[in-house]
Amino acid sequence: MNKPKFVYVTYIRTTPEKLWAALTNPQTIKKYWFGMTVETDFKVGSPWRPKFEDGRAADTGEILESDPPRQLVIRWRNEFKPELKAEGYSRCTMAIEMADYYPDVGGKAVKLTVMHELEGEGAKFIEAVSGGWPKVLSNLKSLLETGDVAFRVEAA
Amino acid sequence: MDDTGADAVFKALADASRRELLDQLRAENGQTLNGLCVSLAKSGTRMTRQAVSKHLAVLEAANLVVPVRQGREKLHYLNPVPIHEIGERWIANFERGRLQALSDMKKALEEGTGE
Repeated sequence: MNKPKFVYVTYIRTTPEKLWAALTNPQTIKKYWFGMTVETDFKVGSPWRPKFEDGRAADTGEILESDPPRQLVIRWRNEFKPELKAEGYSRCTMAIEMADYYPDVGGKAVKLTVMHELEGEGAKFIEAVSGGWPKVLSNLKSLLETGDVAFRVEAA
Repeated sequence: MDDTGADAVFKALADASRRELLDQLRAENGQTLNGLCVSLAKSGTRMTRQAVSKHLAVLEAANLVVPVRQGREKLHYLNPVPIHEIGERWIANFERGRLQALSDMKKALEEGTGE
């Protein structure tokens, strides 16, 4: 494994199974990922192709690991911005585990870790994806905890 | 984010040394404890290794820094998600554009690049 370029963690009051379902159900993904349509069956080796609402390809890649409800690894490359596409593939790991949520007061929550590694050098791609993730994770968290998302607008 | 989480984040941020550590990780993400000590020394900040380690523990407890084990090394990553969640609590969606414009203007004026 290369050194990750960024690592994002959020704690969600839900179960690993529900979080896994949210990460792999195209209808749910659409809700927290700004209307993006993902075509894949989430099986190892299957292609993974998110599309914008107007049908343009956003990214392309494949599923590298799929271990429900623990770990999902996707290899992906940007498709819609030539300068990002030129930077090649990145590896995104989404890891799910039960964790103490603020152990000083007790309580359990599900910890979601999102990590990106690049196969080559790619400062622009990392800048672009790292900007989008906090909004997507906030949406995912609030969808699972309250049933609604925080942001509906297109990601900048 | 609930109030316990928000308390931990505000307490962690209410300290200039800890904010400095986050700045160092923003400049270069994924540093080791040793790496951070070197970076701090380079930027002229005096902090003992023990103090850096203590501050990192507070930042980790608040989920502002995430440790990742790689081989024998422990790498530290800046996690902006809790700060984003706090912002979201008080900033309405429709205000984002105006706040961004205001902050761009402030930055331009303070850097002397404004018209």
